[in-house]
Amino acid sequence: MTSSPTKTPILEAIHVRKQYANHTALEDLSLAIPEGSIFGLLGPNGAGKTSLIRIITQITGADSGEVRFRGQRLSPSHIGQIGYLPEERGLYKKMKVGEQLIYLAQLRGLSRAEAVRRIKGWLDRFDMQGWTNKNVEDLSKGMQQKVQFVASVLHEPSLIILDEPFSGFDPINANLLKDEILRLKSEGATIIFSTHRMESVEEMCDHIALINRARKVLDGPVSVIRDEFKTNTYEIEGQGRLVLLHPDFEVIEQRERENDRFYARVQLHTNTTPNDLLRYLIGPGQVQVLSFREKIPSINEIFIRRVQETMPETLVAEMSQ
Amino acid sequence: MNKIWLVIQREYLTRVRKKSFLIMSLLAPLLLAGASVLIAKINAHDGPDQVLVRDDSGLRIGTRLADTDELRFVPATEATLAETQAAYEKAKPRPAGLLVFPAGYVLDSATGPRLLAKGNVPLNRQSNIRKAINKAISEMRLSRSGLQQKTIDNLQARVELTAINLDEKGGKRNDVGATTLAAYGLSILVYFFIFIYGVQVMRSVSEEKSSRIMEVMISSIKPFQLMMGKIVGIAGVVLTQFGLWLVLTWAVTAVAVPLLVGKPDKNPATSATMATAAPARAAATGMSAAVEARSPTARPVSDGNQASAAQAPKESLWEALQQLPFWSIALGFLFFFFGGYLLYSALFAAIGSAVDDQTDAQQFMLPVTIPLILSYVVSINVIINGDPNGTLAFWLSMIPFTSPIAMVMRLPFGVPTWQLLLSASLLVLGFVGTTWVAARIYRVGILMYGKKITYRELSKWLFYKG
Repeated sequence: MTSSPTKTPILEAIHVRKQYANHTALEDLSLAIPEGSIFGLLGPNGAGKTSLIRIITQITGADSGEVRFRGQRLSPSHIGQIGYLPEERGLYKKMKVGEQLIYLAQLRGLSRAEAVRRIKGWLDRFDMQGWTNKNVEDLSKGMQQKVQFVASVLHEPSLIILDEPFSGFDPINANLLKDEILRLKSEGATIIFSTHRMESVEEMCDHIALINRARKVLDGPVSVIRDEFKTNTYEIEGQGRLVLLHPDFEVIEQRERENDRFYARVQLHTNTTPNDLLRYLIGPGQVQVLSFREKIPSINEIFIRRVQETMPETLVAEMSQ
Repeated sequence: MNKIWLVIQREYLTRVRKKSFLIMSLLAPLLLAGASVLIAKINAHDGPDQVLVRDDSGLRIGTRLADTDELRFVPATEATLAETQAAYEKAKPRPAGLLVFPAGYVLDSATGPRLLAKGNVPLNRQSNIRKAINKAISEMRLSRSGLQQKTIDNLQARVELTAINLDEKGGKRNDVGATTLAAYGLSILVYFFIFIYGVQVMRSVSEEKSSRIMEVMISSIKPFQLMMGKIVGIAGVVLTQFGLWLVLTWAVTAVAVPLLVGKPDKNPATSATMATAAPARAAATGMSAAVEARSPTARPVSDGNQASAAQAPKESLWEALQQLPFWSIALGFLFFFFGGYLLYSALFAAIGSAVDDQTDAQQFMLPVTIPLILSYVVSINVIINGDPNGTLAFWLSMIPFTSPIAMVMRLPFGVPTWQLLLSASLLVLGFVGTTWVAARIYRVGILMYGKKITYRELSKWLFYKG
C-alpha cells in the first residue's frame, strides 16, 4: 500500500469470500470505505450485507480474502474503534439502562468513569434524562431503540456500522437519529449504512456499494454513479402546445395538463446539450418553459437497471416495490 | 481477560442482587433448621414401637421379653384372643403389632409365635421382634437347665466390633453411619447444585439469545469468553450461596436449635442438619474431649437394662462425623463439585445456545441429564449400599460424567490418593473436552434463529469454521 495516509481507506475488503453450508454469502467482494464518509451498503434482503458486516465486526471470519482497518489486518484490537447497531435489536431486558450502557461500553474498552460521563450527555441529547435507573423492559420500543443506538456509539468509534438504522423509529425520532448521525460524521466518524430500503439513505450517503447475490454489482461516490447512470433525460413543464419533431430529441413521455400546460420527459441524443433543447423549446417549439430539470436516476432505479440482466424478472419486480 | 472479568461480574451481580437469591439464601437454612427441629420433636414423642403381647402358653414368655431402643413389649390384659385382637384394632395410637404365643407352645418348639398386625410389618421390625423372642427363650432354656440368672448374664457376650480405617493416620475409628450420612449429604448437594445451576446457565443463554443481544455481545467479545464468563459468574453465585448457607446453618443450629430443643449434641436434630452443617461445625468445635471419653472400647458388660445405651449411637454419630477427615473431604468435594459443574454447565450452555426457546430445550436436555441422574442412582447402589472401593465404584469415580457425584460419594469412605489424582485429571480433561464441544456449538447456535435443530445439525456445527 503506497497511498498516502490521508487516502488510506478506514476499511478495506479485499477479495472476501464467505461460504455457508449450502450457499455462498459473499463472493470475491472487494470494496474500500473512505475515512469520514457515509457509506451506503445497499442490496436486497439476503444479498450478503449482514454477512459482510459480521466479518467487519469480527463476529465471523472470511473464508478467504482480507479485511483491513486503516491499512492493518483487522484484529480484535480494533473492536474498540468500531461501533455496531445490528438489525436485530436487543438489550438485556432486566438490566437498568445506565448499567447496561456502562457494561456494553466497558466491553468495548471504555473506562467506567468515562462511560458514566458520556452517558449523561447522550441521554440529555435524546431527551431521556431520568431513564438511567429504569429497567430496559419498562421502556417503550422507541426508547429501547435509542438506548441501543447510544450503546453502539458511546465508545466514540471511528467506524460506525448501522444495520437498517431507521427501522422501528417514528418519523420524529428518525429525524433526531439522522441529525445525530450527521453530527457524528462532522466529528470525523465514518458511517456504514446497511439497508435494503435504498431510498431511505441515498440522500445521506457519499459513497455506496450495491450488493446482489453475494457479489458487488456497483460501488463508488454517489455523484459519480449518478453521472454514470444518467440517461441524458430532462423533465420539462411548460405552457403551450409541445410538438417535438426534432431528430436529436426523443420524447419518452408526454402528458397534457389543465390550463394548457404540459409535462414531458425528453431524452437527448449524443452531441446534443440541454441548451440545444431549451433553445428549441423557446424558439421553434413556441412554448413557455416553466421548469426544466435533469432527470436524475434514483439509487433504486440504478440498482434495478444494474441487476436486471442477471436476475429473473420476478425478483426484480419484488425489489422495486 | 479483562472482558471475561466484566462478564463474570455482570452475571454474578445481577443474580446476587436479585431478591429471590436473598430469599433462597435466608430461607433454605431456616427451612432446614425448621425441618430438623420438627423431626427432633416428632422423634422425641415417638419413642420405641409398642408391641402388644398375648401369652396363652402359660410359660410367661411375655414378661421375659426385654424392651429395646426400638421396641416396648406391653402384656395384653383381655380375657380372650379375640378380645385382645379387637382391642388392638381399636387402640389409638395402634401398637405396631400383636405378638401371640399360642396355647400349647413349649420352649422347645421352633415355630409357634405369631405376629398379627394391620398392614405389612417392616422387615427390620420383624427382625427386632424375632431377636427379642430368641433372646428371651434362650435365657429361659438356660435357666431351665439349672443356671442362675447371674451366671446367664455373665455368659452372655456383649462385644462390639470396631472397624479401623487403615488409610487414616493413627487408625481412627470408622463409623459407617457417619460416613454414609456424609456420603449421602455431599453427593446430593453436588447432584442438586449441578442440576439447578446448570439449568440456570442454559436458561440464561437462551434468554440472551431470545432477547437478541448476542450480536452486540459477540461483536465485542469472543463467544467462548462470553460463555465462560457466564459459567464462572454463576459458579461464583453457587459459592456465595454455599457460604451463606454454611454460615447461616451454623448460626441457626448453634444458636436457635439449642434454644428450641435443648443441648444440640444430645439430640437427633443435629444429625439431620449435619449434612450441611458438618464441615462448619467440625471446624468450629474441633475434636472435643468428649470424643476421648467415648472411646470405642467394648461397652461395660454388666447392665442388662439397655435403656441407658439408647443415647449412645446418636451421640457418637455426631462425633463420628467430626472424626471424618474434614479437609480432604472438603477440598475433594469442592474440586469435584466445581469440575462437575463446569463440565455439565458447558453442555447446558450449548443446549441453551442451540434452541430458540425453552420448550425445544427439553429434547436436548435428556442426554445431558441422564448421565447425571444415572450417576447418582447407580452410585448410591454401588458405593453406599455396595463396596465403596469395588471395581464398579472405581470406574464410576473415574469417568468424568459420573465422577463428580461418585467420587464425592466415595470421599468419606477414604479414597487412595492415586485414584483421586487420576480422577481429578480425567475430570479436568473431560471438562476441557466438553467445553470445546460446547463452545463450538454455542458459537454457531447463538446467532442461528428459526432453524429446526437436530443432532445431525449440531454435529455439523462442530466443524464449522470461525
